[in-house]
Amino acid sequence: MQTTNAPDASVPDKNVPPQSRKKAMAQQPDSPEQSVPRLNVVHLAKTYGSGENAKTVIEDLTFSVEAGEVVCIVGPSGVGKTTLLKCLAGLHPVSSGSAAIDGRTISGPPPEMALVFQDYNRSLMPWLTVRKNLVLPLRHMRLPAAEVKERCDSALEAVGLTHAEHQYPWQLSGGMQQRVAIARALAYRPEILIMDEPFASVDAQTRFDLEDLCLKIRRDFNMTILVVTHDIDEAVYLADRVVVLGSKPARVLKVIDIDLPAPRDQITTRSLPDFAHQRTDVLSLIKRPA
Amino acid sequence: MNRTARNSLIGAGTPVVLLALWWVLSDQSTNAFFPPLRIILERFQQLWLFQHFQSDILLSLANLFTGFAIAAVLGITIGFVTALVPTVRWLIDPLIHFLRGIPPVALVPIFISLIGFGTEMRVTSIALAALFPVLIATVDGIRSVDQDILDVSRVYRLSRRERITNVILPSAGPQIFSGLQVSLQVAFIVMIASEMLGSSQGIGAMTLLAQQSFMIADMWAGILLLGVIGFAVNMIFNLVRRRVLAWYIGSRRLAKSA
Ligand SMILES: Nc1ncnc2c1ncn2[C@@H]1O[C@H](COP(=O)(O)OP(=O)(O)O)[C@@H](O)[C@H]1O
Ligand SMILES: [Mg+2]
Repeated sequence: MQTTNAPDASVPDKNVPPQSRKKAMAQQPDSPEQSVPRLNVVHLAKTYGSGENAKTVIEDLTFSVEAGEVVCIVGPSGVGKTTLLKCLAGLHPVSSGSAAIDGRTISGPPPEMALVFQDYNRSLMPWLTVRKNLVLPLRHMRLPAAEVKERCDSALEAVGLTHAEHQYPWQLSGGMQQRVAIARALAYRPEILIMDEPFASVDAQTRFDLEDLCLKIRRDFNMTILVVTHDIDEAVYLADRVVVLGSKPARVLKVIDIDLPAPRDQITTRSLPDFAHQRTDVLSLIKRPA
Repeated sequence: MNRTARNSLIGAGTPVVLLALWWVLSDQSTNAFFPPLRIILERFQQLWLFQHFQSDILLSLANLFTGFAIAAVLGITIGFVTALVPTVRWLIDPLIHFLRGIPPVALVPIFISLIGFGTEMRVTSIALAALFPVLIATVDGIRSVDQDILDVSRVYRLSRRERITNVILPSAGPQIFSGLQVSLQVAFIVMIASEMLGSSQGIGAMTLLAQQSFMIADMWAGILLLGVIGFAVNMIFNLVRRRVLAWYIGSRRLAKSA
């Protein structure tokens, strides 16, 4: 469990595009002296509004995510999970404390990050077909047309929606829309992927497939992934570490390291005795009156 | 499919039935004010096809479309600037709040009083009167763009231009089109009024002149022509709307049937 304090103030060149930064990353694989975590949240607090209407949702959160890790956040609904993710994505300013990527404080949407929103049906553009929804965020990268096509093709294939590429989001079921939102994030090829209850509305089979997809992209692209979920089994299955949040206002109850062997498999991993132990650990924290 | 076919049948059929009814009921009419449709159509043909076609019909239509086009472009542009630039919003907001409560047609007298002589003044008053409905609708449409959609645009770091043309404009599209439709109606009314009041040319002027010289059949022919034009213009508008907002109409229909 890492709770690094005061991130050092090295500020890498902001103009380096995500692509070349990714290459730079690959050349220096997890060296032990790499002390600054990929994503570092230190004493983060968030208060909505001010004066009489002020509502403190997050009081003091500290946790970190290392490069290439999958971290799951679980906690009761309304605790402030979405608020936290929006702060990390640079959409809301934090009230105090900080969130940083590689030691750089997040003050606006970071170029290396993609966010899959909780309200999938309100996060897709209804006037664009599925494929065009995927293409829109890539435009400003000025990639060659062939690469745009390749990225969209593989993202759609990964979520099993190749057949729906010319349909509009509103013609699809809720689960399919959520997969479009995930595909859009995949085509963007972020280094850090943040997802807000991404598998809540898909059927069980698709859910298993998407969980495995999540682990696969982490392997293939060395992506750092942060997932909010209310499903404890899912958190234990996916994560290297689970951050358990308690209310209210939100605070970290515990960070649990998940020691399950890789590669994980829906049937064998879930039937391990350790799996049952760890999910009991998480469950007992959540069930306990806060 | 079946329902659209039936709707377009009703849309085209109703005027035909009404005209037929008018024809039959008025055929023996001796009332000077309600001449038989047969005679009105005769005059319609003599007057409008094609004697005054160029001098009056084309002139009226040109004024209508120029005025409407100016209103649409200015209204949408000013609407964007108003909604997106805080200082401008601060200046224009009170005006919009004031105008929002007034039915657009109620403003027509103001613009009629502005009407002078000459084509430019007529086009100007049409454009001014038609400006406000689309301006207000654009501002409202931009303000009601879903926060989630805007957040998505920020997370994926769309440029300002991409945000305006690919996110805000389409998202506000349905409301902008409602505004345009009202603007079109207002433009049509002001076009007729401008010709009746300040001109010797145009369909409105011809119609009023006929009434003043007790040529009642000619007057009815003018009214009929205005009706036909209004019907056709509205139909063209709806065709364009259905094309541009296909996504919106489709999603609404689906949401309703579900
Ligand atoms: N923009 C906002 N303004 C004020 N309060 C908000 C806002 N967004 C969320 N909240 C409040 O913050 C609390 C946490 O919400 P949220 O982060 O969505 O929780 P979770 O995702 O864990 O269910 C809720 O009580 C919610 O009402
Ligand atoms: Mg939430």
